[in-house]
Amino acid sequence: MAGIKVHGTPFSTAAARVLATLYEKEVEFEFVPIDMRAGEHKKESFLALNPFGQVPAFEDGDLQLFESRAITQYIAHEYAPKGTPLIFPDSKKMAILSVWTEVEAQKYDPVASKLTFELVIKPLMLGLATDFTVVEEFEAKLGTVLDVYEARLGKSKYLGGDCFSLADLHHLPTTDYLMGTQVKKLFECRPNVSAWVADITARPAWKKVVAMRAH
Amino acid sequence: MALKLHGLAFSTCTARAATAIYEKGQQFELVPVNLTAGEHKQPGFLAKNPFGQIPVLEDGDLTLFESRAIATYVAEKYKDSGSDLIRHQNLKEAALVKVWSEVESQTFHPVISAIVYQFLIAPLFGQQTDQAVIDANLEKLKNILDVYESRLKSSKYLAGDFFSLADLNHCPYLFYFMRSPWTSVVNERPHVKAWWEDISSRPSFKKVAEGMTFGQK
Repeated sequence: MAGIKVHGTPFSTAAARVLATLYEKEVEFEFVPIDMRAGEHKKESFLALNPFGQVPAFEDGDLQLFESRAITQYIAHEYAPKGTPLIFPDSKKMAILSVWTEVEAQKYDPVASKLTFELVIKPLMLGLATDFTVVEEFEAKLGTVLDVYEARLGKSKYLGGDCFSLADLHHLPTTDYLMGTQVKKLFECRPNVSAWVADITARPAWKKVVAMRAH
Repeated sequence: MALKLHGLAFSTCTARAATAIYEKGQQFELVPVNLTAGEHKQPGFLAKNPFGQIPVLEDGDLTLFESRAIATYVAEKYKDSGSDLIRHQNLKEAALVKVWSEVESQTFHPVISAIVYQFLIAPLFGQQTDQAVIDANLEKLKNILDVYESRLKSSKYLAGDFFSLADLNHCPYLFYFMRSPWTSVVNERPHVKAWWEDISSRPSFKKVAEGMTFGQK
């Protein structure tokens, strides 16, 4: 069996999304580091795996995939009996999970990623200055999204339903970065959101992803 | 009990959901939402979609929002009728549908929607069109469609040699984009052009497109 390979860097939020899923499902995989500083993700050998030149790229035997949220869904379905259930067998519950997965992709991530770029990636990885005008604008947008989350989490233990699922997991990488910045106040001032963040970031599978960054 | 789709015929996201329903050979009742009167921001509507946006699907006691989630739900529920949008019997094909659906969602959509907003929607709200935004996004769109062109040389549709949800999700915004002055971006790429002509001529989308009169008198 050729097995599972993930090509990327554990610092990438998209790669981290896939790694968290693999750890939750307790599935063996090989991690293939991609040197983004050296532009390895724009070279032919990587473009053959992802023509958009972005990490992560994923292999499971002869199946090659990209786009982290497509990869996580594949893993959750293909390895459903193993590890943590990340999807629901009931079709109505699955539909609700799908709604909140789209919310993360369409509403949360564009805003949270912009803030992560300004407050984490620019200063710590690119040696560039944060644009605090952009930060202020996007903190306001994030606040609006988190107001909806606060109400949702008052009615539902997790975003996707009563149990932890892909809908919550997809938020982990960006949220974890933001909790190390000034943006954490937006999460902490909303009690349901704050409890949810504390819960999902404490998961052992997520801690394994964070530990990969220490190497 | 019939599917109820709350939205408007000319709305791109409503059109996405409607096309999926028709592709599955199903019908729905369109419940108009009066955006001009701010109906989508009233408590009654916010109870259905806390983000105050159309469309919303009601199927009995199930209420869903986010057009791509609605399309996926419909594709799953009616998987044994109409066209096979999600390839549920072949795990590899199903995974590729998800890959290219995410490409639409994450890569294509932010760029195409920025262009459509500037040239079609902004003027109708008395806003100045920001040509710099259009120009920047046209450059990104060209790069994205170069990848599509290459993909479509070896694959009839995005996920494989079969029409799927990944192609369908592109239809509404591409439809309005093809009313812009920049259609050459599509037409100069022969495989992208052929693909667009194919997916936009499917009866399900043609029916939906009849209502996509936004910006027209």
